[in-house]
Amino acid sequence: MIEVKDLQKSFGDAHILKGISTTFDKGKTNLIIGQSGSGKTVFLKCLLGLFNYEEGSISYEGRIFSKLSDEQKRDLRSEIGMVFQGSALFDSMTIVENVKFPLRMFTKLSESEMDDRANFVLKRVNLENAHNKLPSEASGGMQKRVAIARAIVNKPKYLFCDEPNSGLDPKTAIVIDNLIQEITDEYDITTVINTHDMNSVMEIGEKIVFLKDGLKAWEGSNETIFKTDNEVVTDFVYSSELFKKVRKMYIEENL
Amino acid sequence: MNYLHSIGTYILMIIEIFRKPTKWSVMKKLIIKDIDDLIIGSLGIVAFISFFVGGVVTIQTALNMDNPLVPKSLIGFATRQSVILEFAPTFISIIMAGKVGSFITSSIGTMRVTEQIDALEVMGINSLNYLVFPKLVSLMLYPFVISISMFLGIVGGLAACAFGGFATVNDYITGLQDDFIPYHIIYAFMKTIGFAFLLATIPSYHGFYMKGGALDVGKASTVSFVWTSVAIITLNFILTQILLS
Ligand SMILES: Nc1ncnc2c1ncn2[C@@H]1O[C@H](COP(=O)(O)OP(=O)(O)OP(=O)(O)O)[C@@H](O)[C@H]1O
Ligand SMILES: [Mg+2]
Repeated sequence: MIEVKDLQKSFGDAHILKGISTTFDKGKTNLIIGQSGSGKTVFLKCLLGLFNYEEGSISYEGRIFSKLSDEQKRDLRSEIGMVFQGSALFDSMTIVENVKFPLRMFTKLSESEMDDRANFVLKRVNLENAHNKLPSEASGGMQKRVAIARAIVNKPKYLFCDEPNSGLDPKTAIVIDNLIQEITDEYDITTVINTHDMNSVMEIGEKIVFLKDGLKAWEGSNETIFKTDNEVVTDFVYSSELFKKVRKMYIEENL
Repeated sequence: MNYLHSIGTYILMIIEIFRKPTKWSVMKKLIIKDIDDLIIGSLGIVAFISFFVGGVVTIQTALNMDNPLVPKSLIGFATRQSVILEFAPTFISIIMAGKVGSFITSSIGTMRVTEQIDALEVMGINSLNYLVFPKLVSLMLYPFVISISMFLGIVGGLAACAFGGFATVNDYITGLQDDFIPYHIIYAFMKTIGFAFLLATIPSYHGFYMKGGALDVGKASTVSFVWTSVAIITLNFILTQILLS
């Protein structure tokens, strides 16, 4: 479990996060949703310690990040897998080398054991025939899947994904969502996902934190998000015609 | 204020490069790759420039010597002194600030804007050690590049004599041996080590701490070239004062 208390972050005069408190549960897919520019990426990068923040605390199973020694931070980080918004694959390495990289850095596995493990996770993300391609030769969806494979190869306890399915077609997007959900259940890890995709919300939103203008506007799950009267949330959720229709049907059905 | 802040960050960066070292088995490969990119990859251009500039120095010296009382061997002497003392160590380093420096800034800068550096950090890797240390180590072979430059500069002068008829080859070789002071070579290599350090670290600094997108990578490379050159020229001045006077 990750606990966030009163997190505040500014860039110069711009106050981006204005005091966010929430928890992300173990064994669940926790979603952070909100409009573009609402601070989702900044929030995630604060969780990972990539940004310093002025106020607040973040604790991983009771380990308060800002109070850890360098050594302890390194240990904690070896338990973290991260999928960046732009995939962030190392473009000088082939796909399979990218996936093997965390193993090479942090384990004592032999070359063939690393190969086995990399093959296993690449298969897991349905990428079996692209091992020796460079990231620049792979499509956006393939890059995302490689990034997921790299994030999970060393069996993390925490998985962070920044818009894992943005820029993908609806079908691939759902495949990726399900994949993340399965991995979360299978390894019982704490998964935190940034998204503004309503399909993801419906599919895998076991816990949802809604950010607006740097504040937590709402918290719930995919069960409750369609029932809430919170205007900020309904405004966001029913901005699409499709969901407006779904809602209308839902209301008619329940009358 | 801004400059002070940059210098402070630069110094902290240098300390950070040596902390939390990357696994040796991985580092070894990175060093070999950087030797290939930075050292071997520069030999061609350095050889080309050295040979022809050496030739030109000889020709210019010859053309400006119209006093018949001055011996022709002075041409060899003048070429040797200018190539060993300044041309090879300093002039070539400015060229390398353009070639190697912009390569380093743009490759690290691209990793910054595409979040590859963040990806390293999230994994718990000391990205400065991972990225800059191998460059620093491979540039410790830079004196080797400069000795090739010295050699070819002098050979270029010899070729100019042999084919241009500005002096006889014998005169030139006699001149090369005149008043030879071995300390000058030591001085030149001490400078070179200093320049190698600047060549590895200043472009890395500009790439590592850059902000923005792809366009800014280009800008950072230009700024990095300017500052690396300024630093090399300044260090050259200081070291020459200390070591030769
Ligand atoms: N490094 C930075 N320096 C200054 N401002 C920043 C920086 N990173 C983000 N911001 C600002 O913080 C705000 C939130 O940005 P953020 O990237 O977190 O949005 P987001 O919710 O992830 O949006 P999207 O869905 O488009 O990815 C924006 O106004 C942005 O301009
Ligand atoms: Mg974002």
